[in-house]
Amino acid sequence: MQQGWIPLIPESASTVSWKVDALYFYLSGVTLFFALLISSVLVFFVIRYRRRTPYEIPRPVAGSHKLETLWTVIPFVIAMTMFGWGASVYFDQYKPPENAIEVYVVGKQWMWKLQHATGQREINELHVPVGRKVKLIMTTEDVIHDFYVPAFRTKADVIPGRYTTLWFEATKTGKYHLFCAEYCGMNHSGMTGSVIVMEQREFDDWLSGNTGSTTPATAGQQLYQTLGCASCHGANGEGGRGPTLAGIFGKQQQLQSGQTVTVDEAYIRESVTNPQAKLVVGFGPIMPTFQGQVSEDQLVQLIAFIKSLHASGETAPTQAASPATTTARPGASPTRNVR
Amino acid sequence: MKPIESFEVPPPPKVNYINAKYGLKSWLLTKDHKRIALLYLGSITFFFFIGGIYALMIRLELLTPQGDFMESTTYNKVFTQHGIIMIFFFLIPSIPATLGNFLIPMMIGAKDLAFPRINLLSWYVYMLGGVITIYALLAGGVDTGWTFYTPFSTTFSNSYVVATGLGIFINGFSSILTGLNFIVTIHTMRAPGMTWMRMPLFLWSHYATSLIMVLGTPVIAITILLLAFERVARVGIFDPALGGDPVLFQHLFWFYSHPAVYIMVLPSMGVISELIANFSRKNIFGYSFVAFSSIAIAVFGFLVWGHHLFVTSQSVYAGMIFSFLSFAVAIPSAIKVFNWTATLYKSSISYDTPMLYALGFIGLFTIGGMTGLFLASLAVDVHVSDTYFVVAHFHYIMVGGALMGYLGGLHYWWPKISGRMYPEGWGRFSALVIYVGFNLTFLPQFVAGYLGMPRRYHAYPPEFQVFNVLSSAGASILGFGMLIPAIYFVWSMRYGRHAEPNPWHLPGLEWRTSSPPPTENFEVTPVVTWDAYEFAPREETEVVGKFRPELERI
Repeated sequence: MQQGWIPLIPESASTVSWKVDALYFYLSGVTLFFALLISSVLVFFVIRYRRRTPYEIPRPVAGSHKLETLWTVIPFVIAMTMFGWGASVYFDQYKPPENAIEVYVVGKQWMWKLQHATGQREINELHVPVGRKVKLIMTTEDVIHDFYVPAFRTKADVIPGRYTTLWFEATKTGKYHLFCAEYCGMNHSGMTGSVIVMEQREFDDWLSGNTGSTTPATAGQQLYQTLGCASCHGANGEGGRGPTLAGIFGKQQQLQSGQTVTVDEAYIRESVTNPQAKLVVGFGPIMPTFQGQVSEDQLVQLIAFIKSLHASGETAPTQAASPATTTARPGASPTRNVR
Repeated sequence: MKPIESFEVPPPPKVNYINAKYGLKSWLLTKDHKRIALLYLGSITFFFFIGGIYALMIRLELLTPQGDFMESTTYNKVFTQHGIIMIFFFLIPSIPATLGNFLIPMMIGAKDLAFPRINLLSWYVYMLGGVITIYALLAGGVDTGWTFYTPFSTTFSNSYVVATGLGIFINGFSSILTGLNFIVTIHTMRAPGMTWMRMPLFLWSHYATSLIMVLGTPVIAITILLLAFERVARVGIFDPALGGDPVLFQHLFWFYSHPAVYIMVLPSMGVISELIANFSRKNIFGYSFVAFSSIAIAVFGFLVWGHHLFVTSQSVYAGMIFSFLSFAVAIPSAIKVFNWTATLYKSSISYDTPMLYALGFIGLFTIGGMTGLFLASLAVDVHVSDTYFVVAHFHYIMVGGALMGYLGGLHYWWPKISGRMYPEGWGRFSALVIYVGFNLTFLPQFVAGYLGMPRRYHAYPPEFQVFNVLSSAGASILGFGMLIPAIYFVWSMRYGRHAEPNPWHLPGLEWRTSSPPPTENFEVTPVVTWDAYEFAPREETEVVGKFRPELERI
């Protein structure tokens, strides 16, 4: 099921998987060539120059700078082609795309909890449409995990206290392995599941068959009220005693310390769990910490709500395919990021 | 220059380092580097067998896709303890503390290491670390993986993390002491005429290894200390719930643990240089390139730790730099392989057991090194990191590389160490068994890894079973192959043929004294007037190969 048509290569089901395979074939070819070269020369020498009489002594040989240069430069040049090729595909694997369907992922010993932007929740399964970019925004409640789909040739660590992202675009419908690839304790090998790639139409059916749950943004809005955020940040994030939240996602925020920070998932998370860490300029340290009061799932919902707030102050819960303005780009501006 | 056969080797003295004194006390309080080497040999062999039993347990569990042989908690402890025992208590001390300890003074014509008492201390420190670690294993074991990743190790694991960490922490000091001793010895105790460029390559590679030991080991000590602080005192360093950063741990850990790979493989490369030159009776092709490539590996090895973090949300630009440097560190290793191969050209190759190990090493290390390039290639690493591909790769380096060198070296110097010959036929047979068993164990794991089988899995999807069955079959052959030398080495100590001072007819200083050597190694301090691997024939008619006057040196 999981093996592709080429023997010993897993099924290739994403837009980057064939690129990784192509590089893999190149590397395998070079390895085979040199392994065969070295071993056949060795075997030839060992037979040709075997010791014939017990006391024979071969003539000593001086080295050759020409040969040394040759077998320094040639491997280096080959290594550089591998380096360049590997780096360029790496950028494809990890550059977060625009216009992607966003799915929130929370890892936990030993299960994957996923929630679509439209509200559907899944455990250890992820349904996605074929031919659409899907971006995962991931964190964990406990230890480090790693979201790994071999058929897509991609993986990323899921790290507590951070939001990491992973993206893929499936090219083939089917059911593919999902593994946790970072050792996470007792039942690590049980932290597996599947990614189910469907035709868009089937996916739409699947989505509509799973209604009833609120979207993360709506759930976040309810939390926003019950946790009392609205009393300082305003009912629609328009601000008050606390800074404005509407329309800030992805923007630069001026801090008390004189630095600036990009408002991304990590910054919002930090501002909820440790509000004094990066105070917005003009506001005092009056917000209490919510560390331990909100779960990782709820943090994700709060973030989704803040992302959905537009500068006008109107709440417009995100739909699956409209995150162009709210695409998180953690690390995209490393020079100005004060993390 | 005098022919090898006419070296003035004194008749075997009645008193050598083994029978100079008797009694347990004479061993436990010895300051003789050769006796300390034997203390180390015994202890690392003990740890090797514990680690080997764990390895066989892993292979037994993975025969079937279901986790049916042991509980998952047990399995997690077994692979963790396999790694910790094999890496910290076998591979890191293996060649330096036994062969290095025994041979470094002999190869430079010295009576002992520079600091004999520190040498003995290093063994006691090693044993103390070992005893504490064994205590931790018996008390309940540890299940964090040998990598101790946080916050699992500091907050979530319910096993003996601190006790095990303490064992490794203490053990690290023995490494530092050994490295320090070697550096000072090589700098200050060389016999007259033994210039740096005349030193056997074994010494160059041990010098490079010692640099890493002295400079790298303190970092792992600090890291373990911080880990223990967080676990015991809840000081937030790595756990984000306490305000720490879990990825910081990985940076610190690999800053030592990647160079540690070179601690394991550089001494082995030194052994291979000796074997290739001496068993083909040829000077090493490109001596200075091989010598300085060891130093280059030691230096560049410190700059590549970030290639363990390509999927850990490290910046893609940092990833690129570490990828580039990882490719760069491969070049000195390639230079060595090419020079070893070129040395065999127009040489006189014997098929003795040590040479079989050396030839096997070159093949296995080539595969191990080249698959390292797969992991240095960013895009492929994203797919195969934390899969069996990585497991296969590092076993090719550590078993195919480090262990093959160790076994080859042990056979080569066994006549000098024990004064007895090992049985040559059994030696060749077991070398072949080990070679076949090793490849059958680890080649299928490359395939399973690229197909996506994650490492450290107690149970796995059934489509991976065929590769695991092959692997387990190979492991049983490998395990059987390892038992043969264990048996015949012990056997030979009593029943082996007595060894001549120079059974292989070689020019090295260690062969110019009796077997086993006297306590002070040499009756008189030798004066060195020859290069390493400078062979001389008894009669001109025995010289083979075309005469090339430009190469002739007196």
